[in-house]
Amino acid sequence: MSNPPHYYFCRGRPVVANVFDRFHSLVLSVFLIVALTVPAFAGAFEDSVAKFANDDFSDTDEAIGEVAASGNALAFPIISALQDGRLSADPDSKKVYVTQDDGKVIDAATGAAVDKLPDNAAAVRLNNRLRRTVEAALGSLTLLSPDPARRIAAAQSVFKAHEESALPIIEGALAKETNKAVKAAFAEARAAILLNKSDASDTDKLEAVATIKARGDQEALALLTSLSGQPPLVASAITGAIASIQSRLAVWSAVQNGWYGLSLGSVLLLAAIGLAITFGVMGVINMAHGEMVMLGAYTTFVVQEVIRTSYPGLFDYSLLIAVPLAFLVAGAIGVVIERTIIRFLYGRPLETLLATWGLSLVLQQAVRTAFGPTNREVGNPSWMSGAFEFGQITITYNRLWILCFTLAVFAILLAMLRYTALGLEMRAVTQNRRMAASMGIATSRVDALTFGLGSGIAGIAGVALSQIDNVSPNLGQSYIIDSFMVVVFGGVGNLWGTLVGAFTLGIANKFLEPVAGAVLGKIAILVLIILFIQKRPRGLFALKGRAVEA
Amino acid sequence: MPHALTRSLDRSATLFLIVVAACGVLIPLSNLLLPAGSLFQVPTYLVALFGKYACYAVLALSIDLIWGYCGILSLGHGAFFALGGYAMGMYLMRQIGTRGVYGNPILPDFMVFLNYPKLPWYWHGFDMFWFAALMVVLVPGLLAFCFGWLAFRSRVTGVYLSIITQAMTYALLLAFFRNDFGFGGNNGLTDFKDILGFNVQADGTRAALFALSCLAIVIAFLICRAVVTSKLGKVLIAVRDAESRTRFLGYRVESYKLFVFTLSACMAGVAGALYVPQVGIINPSEFAPGNSIEAVIWVAVGGRGTLIGAALGAVVVNYAKTYFTSGPLAPYWLFMLGAMFILVTLLLPKGIVGTFNSWWEPLKANRLTANTEGAVAEDGVSEPHMAE
Repeated sequence: MSNPPHYYFCRGRPVVANVFDRFHSLVLSVFLIVALTVPAFAGAFEDSVAKFANDDFSDTDEAIGEVAASGNALAFPIISALQDGRLSADPDSKKVYVTQDDGKVIDAATGAAVDKLPDNAAAVRLNNRLRRTVEAALGSLTLLSPDPARRIAAAQSVFKAHEESALPIIEGALAKETNKAVKAAFAEARAAILLNKSDASDTDKLEAVATIKARGDQEALALLTSLSGQPPLVASAITGAIASIQSRLAVWSAVQNGWYGLSLGSVLLLAAIGLAITFGVMGVINMAHGEMVMLGAYTTFVVQEVIRTSYPGLFDYSLLIAVPLAFLVAGAIGVVIERTIIRFLYGRPLETLLATWGLSLVLQQAVRTAFGPTNREVGNPSWMSGAFEFGQITITYNRLWILCFTLAVFAILLAMLRYTALGLEMRAVTQNRRMAASMGIATSRVDALTFGLGSGIAGIAGVALSQIDNVSPNLGQSYIIDSFMVVVFGGVGNLWGTLVGAFTLGIANKFLEPVAGAVLGKIAILVLIILFIQKRPRGLFALKGRAVEA
Repeated sequence: MPHALTRSLDRSATLFLIVVAACGVLIPLSNLLLPAGSLFQVPTYLVALFGKYACYAVLALSIDLIWGYCGILSLGHGAFFALGGYAMGMYLMRQIGTRGVYGNPILPDFMVFLNYPKLPWYWHGFDMFWFAALMVVLVPGLLAFCFGWLAFRSRVTGVYLSIITQAMTYALLLAFFRNDFGFGGNNGLTDFKDILGFNVQADGTRAALFALSCLAIVIAFLICRAVVTSKLGKVLIAVRDAESRTRFLGYRVESYKLFVFTLSACMAGVAGALYVPQVGIINPSEFAPGNSIEAVIWVAVGGRGTLIGAALGAVVVNYAKTYFTSGPLAPYWLFMLGAMFILVTLLLPKGIVGTFNSWWEPLKANRLTANTEGAVAEDGVSEPHMAE
């Protein structure tokens, strides 16, 4: 959620310009310090602003410096308007105008609203050198901005540029600052400058190294490794700090891989959890499982389309509406499939496999005919977009929600199997069909409902996957092999096995990826599973039994 | 061997062989000798198309051998087919020589394009036909042997085996898509010029390749018949119908399975090798799991465990595919293919030939008993019962 950093100091420019900038920034900072202590005269501010109207680059340059140093509340709007080309000047009346974001025009010198721009007003021109001056001025102004996030961003850019000239402003700002986070950012920026300052005392530098070590991210590492020619005491402190940051970063990169792995694992689990019911509990190989996921995703698409055209206000609730609908759509189709095809094929797993594969082709083609072969746009509701920082890693909200959602679905399913009458019947039928029938359970009804449940959960998975994947007729195909791998790896007939299997495969995949690359990592996982099945043909958590052939 | 041959051939098998051999002789002759445009002249594009079907028929035979007679449902046989195809494709690439776009005498075009400094080690030897021909059999056979050795020894059976064979071909698909794998990546191998010095585009070469494909069907069929009518074949059928019981009777089930799986993979490799020069390209999409499953449905349509049915199914389904995908019905082909999967498994579990046999056999048996009292029943293989 951080603002993009404002780079306002040198970034690989010719040296001449660099020297000039340094000089200029120095002038600017002196002005600023004056501005901090002595209130500027209103008349002086108006004169400075009027200089923008001279259409002369050096006058504009001076005007920027004076306005930035004025401490006037209008300074920031004026200079940012200058940067965006929204600052216009009337060369005849020497009046300067700011066109605000909402299209309203104000007089730059007084802030009074103006009806419209005079006809002969032209935008104040900038050249590259001035653009850098503007950026620098904005950076310094934002150090004093009332918005803490802005101040932190400004401190970040000072940290990166570590120009000596910014030291007085930073120190001034640091002394006044009360916000803890901003204060830390200022301190880091100050430390970065001190370390690069040749005449800073050793004690200051040692303190600075400690500050930067505490920051401990990639940028801190880059700063420390770029330092050279330090006094021996400081140099050894720097070496220590680099080592400590590197080991910390290694930990964070492992944490990041772990998070990516969890995220991938939750996606795998979501795709496989319905299969764990149909394949794991019922023993039915449903190759059309991926298509149930796809149907769920398309249900989400349809729901969002209806909301977009008829009830735009409900968009944030679209997923909440889509979840039960997707469950019903996919579940109903699942029941129909079970009644019309699968029930004739019980006990013939290979034939079931072929028939459901055929079914998957039919469903894919049906969706392709109905919705077209291209990807369909499914939007993220506002509460699922964006990201936040956790330590050194960025966590996107949609991945986090999907993880929570997956675990919730898993828990509900587990509870359903454990505590409801239907769950009891399901377990009874899968354990001993004939005995269950003798006890008065309508086994064929339970079969249909179990298959419907598995399919419905696949539909729910489709709702979640529509948020991170392309919604196309091929959506399901890309998950079917992975899902089977998860169920087979985890052990058939055991939901916990599926959970462990999914997260193990997800995390293993993400830890292999940086080493072997994405595709080779995936191949390695497939090969490992093939080898693993040799070792434990019934998966990680095999059901124990005495049957020779399951 | 003569005994094995006569024993393996019943009347329908002989008829099948005669039909295939007649096609293999007559179609090329009609293509080459009759004037173009004549009523009985088979155009060259049809020869190439039939050649493709013939290769599919060999693949179907190899699948039927393991699925119909040993109960191993491999969803990765397309991988063996494609590996054989790649071995042949590598030979054909090396034959291009300086006629490629970049004119490099050693490196194929895609390697020049991808800045390969020299030929990767596994490309050496493929400039010799005998070596490539050996690899066509050896590479799929070796992969099948290793895979089968691991899988059968740890008693991975049924759907588990199907799923890991699918994973195998999927892993190969991903691998062959990579440019740095050294097999042309996404584009695969194409732009072939010569095979054994003959232009692959020439009518004569196409006719010869078709005749060879028919010969491959004949040989594959004879091998399969020889296997399934032998004592070994009886054990295979026993494994299919009751694996544990066979094991308890003292047979080493995994050895039998491994043998027949490897044999079948070699046959699939040969089919792929004949396929590539006729279609002119081999690329990673041949590894797609869908292709392998489609090959299984050919066998199911024709009749699992009948061999003749497998070959027939391959031709019928692929002819239907060509017919429908090239016409206005193209968008509906996947519906039809999907419906075929469902209907065949639900309504026609024995396939075309199996269903025909179950009507015909009782009639024949009645006639036999009526005509010749006490006649000896023909020596052959019992009709497979669907494994329950």
